[in-house]
Amino acid sequence: MDIVKLTLTKVPELYLEAENITPDHFAGKTAQQIGELHVHLGNTTAKISDYFTVEGKGGATAADTKIIISGPTDKVKYIGMKMTAGEIEVQGNTDMYTAAWMAGGKIHVKGNVDSFCAIGMTGGEFIVDGNAKNYLAASYRGDWRGMQGGKVIVKGNAGSDTATFMNGGTIDIGGNVDVHLGTHAEGGKIIVRGNAKGRVGGQMVKGDIFVLGQVERMMPTYILKGEEEVELDGKKQMFHVWIGDMGERHGKRKGEIIYGKIYVPSGKAEAAAPAARAERKKKLTDKQLEQVKEAFKGQEPTVQQVRTYIYDTFDIDMKPMQVSRLIDGLKR
Amino acid sequence: MSKTCTDVICPFCGTLCDDLIVTTDDEGKKILNVENACAIGAEKFLHASDHSHRVTRPQKLQEDGSFKEITYDEAIEYTAQMLANAKKPSMYGWSSTNCESQSVGHEIAELCGALVDNTAAVCHGTTLIAVQNVGIPSCTLGEVKNRADRVIFWGCNPAHAHPRHMSRYSIFPRGYFTGKGQKQRKIIVVDPRPTDTASLADVHLQVEQGYDYELLQALRAAVRGNELTGDIIAGVPKEKVYEAAELLKSGRFGVIFFGMGVTQSLGKDHNIDAAIMLTKDLNDYTKFSIIAMRGHYNVTGSGQVLGWQFGFPYSVDLSRGFARYNPGETGTIEVLKRKEIDAMFVLGSDPGAHFPMECVKEISRLPSVAIDPHITPTTAICKVHVPVAFVGVEVGGNCYRMDNVPIEARKVVEPPEGMMTDEEFLKAVLKRVKELKAN
Ligand code: SF4
Repeated sequence: MDIVKLTLTKVPELYLEAENITPDHFAGKTAQQIGELHVHLGNTTAKISDYFTVEGKGGATAADTKIIISGPTDKVKYIGMKMTAGEIEVQGNTDMYTAAWMAGGKIHVKGNVDSFCAIGMTGGEFIVDGNAKNYLAASYRGDWRGMQGGKVIVKGNAGSDTATFMNGGTIDIGGNVDVHLGTHAEGGKIIVRGNAKGRVGGQMVKGDIFVLGQVERMMPTYILKGEEEVELDGKKQMFHVWIGDMGERHGKRKGEIIYGKIYVPSGKAEAAAPAARAERKKKLTDKQLEQVKEAFKGQEPTVQQVRTYIYDTFDIDMKPMQVSRLIDGLKR
Repeated sequence: MSKTCTDVICPFCGTLCDDLIVTTDDEGKKILNVENACAIGAEKFLHASDHSHRVTRPQKLQEDGSFKEITYDEAIEYTAQMLANAKKPSMYGWSSTNCESQSVGHEIAELCGALVDNTAAVCHGTTLIAVQNVGIPSCTLGEVKNRADRVIFWGCNPAHAHPRHMSRYSIFPRGYFTGKGQKQRKIIVVDPRPTDTASLADVHLQVEQGYDYELLQALRAAVRGNELTGDIIAGVPKEKVYEAAELLKSGRFGVIFFGMGVTQSLGKDHNIDAAIMLTKDLNDYTKFSIIAMRGHYNVTGSGQVLGWQFGFPYSVDLSRGFARYNPGETGTIEVLKRKEIDAMFVLGSDPGAHFPMECVKEISRLPSVAIDPHITPTTAICKVHVPVAFVGVEVGGNCYRMDNVPIEARKVVEPPEGMMTDEEFLKAVLKRVKELKAN
């Protein structure tokens, strides 16, 4: 297997769109030819060599090509988009659409990834050592096909809207997930080893979701069917099985209705009362109020000025309405 | 003596009332009286015709923080240079102007490889996402007036936000098949708070804040006659959910109106997704429709024009020469937060007052232009403020009502001497951008 080493030497001022960084595009090319491939920044077009140093060469086919990317790649989008074979290894973080519409091969990101990663994925393996943001392995807007095959492994946490419209493949998340897991799913398997925030399996037609931690609040449209012994990670375990979503259409097999299933380990009861969602406090203390008063003494500050001041000094983002009320209050 | 203009359109909220009567003085300069409009609508006309508080020439922000008057030509030059030289400019707003101006603006955006986004980004954009996911069974407000006998207001408060909506279309009017007016209609309000709209309701479902999705899905299950888990569903007793489902099924024609209470609370597009699916499910038993309570008078129009020109209703990214769309990436708030753009153009909206502080600071850091008849929090932080004539008062043009019906707005008075309209200003900028791009 031939190896291409890309090192980011210049951090882009905006964001870089690099859908050409895939084994498919690099195969059969020399370092110089690879350097000539395009990257895009806003409405301008540049070359890979403008931002990266390129070492090595591509293999004869995509399957024979491995790309190792290092440097501060936090602002690079679309790495490995639509790749079909070969390997990519990223030493740091990547931005949106990493492994989007991936069909085969392997991508390993050692840092974190942003939103929309592995959307519409049909095959291959996508491994993230850090966290993933929202819409992991979901569908593109308006598409009814999210992840359809392959495997996604995230060792850290994932954001909201994970696996929307999923209908195949496996997702394994080591940490917690935010709201809306597996919405509209019609197949596939999701394993969450931490806690799920709620709205698990909303509008799910078919598919399996395992939550090994707690579900913060189960949807009222899921019904506890009973206990079942299921094999997970090669071990047989007892699970409470919930079926639903009762508000959604469901197919039939041999006269029996097929529901989506959520598995929660026995003994780990669902958090009974919903944890009150922590409201972000957006009020100033008396001391802070005094400070604001002092800062604008004898002036007629505009709402925007006071809002900026409060944001800069106390890191509180108040609504303009609140600020104007506050100013009225201070005047009196 | 005075002149009277009838059938005037109110350019304020998405209800777009088209029956106003405006009285002006003889020369058509000052508005003396506005009939039929609600308090907010009337105020917009009277306020516009009071020229004493209006800025009539563009201004530029100086180093010391004060504004200095500049000519329209200088403002056009600055705007054109800014847009033509930027790598990824953003053109945001478009909701308080006519469709003709929007169309010219989009031409500039295409030439400059800009992002085009409208205020749906902070209100009903999530609705549009849901519509793409599952479609929408909808109707016009005229049908609601003439047929609807089951009306749901979900997360909206028309008593204050769309004051004449209830009397013209949804609760009180007597229509062709609804001759008894309010007596014939059953009103359901879903809101965590007892609002003024809720006080008119036959059933008020006081949903726990942030659990609309659960309640919607529960209603769908109840409509299907399925079981539910728990006695209290999202703050509403289980029996009440089943009763509400029966009430909806028993109607002849129902409609769901929904507002920002569902589109911008937890779940966002998923809430609307579920609401649309509820509408679809109810169509197995009776006839049901769903309509979004759009805020600005022409935000719907912006979606329409973007839709027919680029194929997407908001958050369109033209930076690579073809249209791309993905709210969450190409939305204005996201790009400002992530520092993805290098110039900001605002027309007919006030992001300075509605965006998170981080974004507002980013706007003030960037080269920026704000086009607005008023002085707003946005114009105060932009480098150049260009005042223009009021659309719907001082210049006509096409607008779209919340149910996607186009209505032609009318001009009733003259703008102050020498004032440009949105369209004139944008056309001048377009001409200059073409010159710059030609070299
Ligand atoms: S309801 Fe809306 S459109 Fe009608 S008069 Fe009032 S503000 Fe204007």
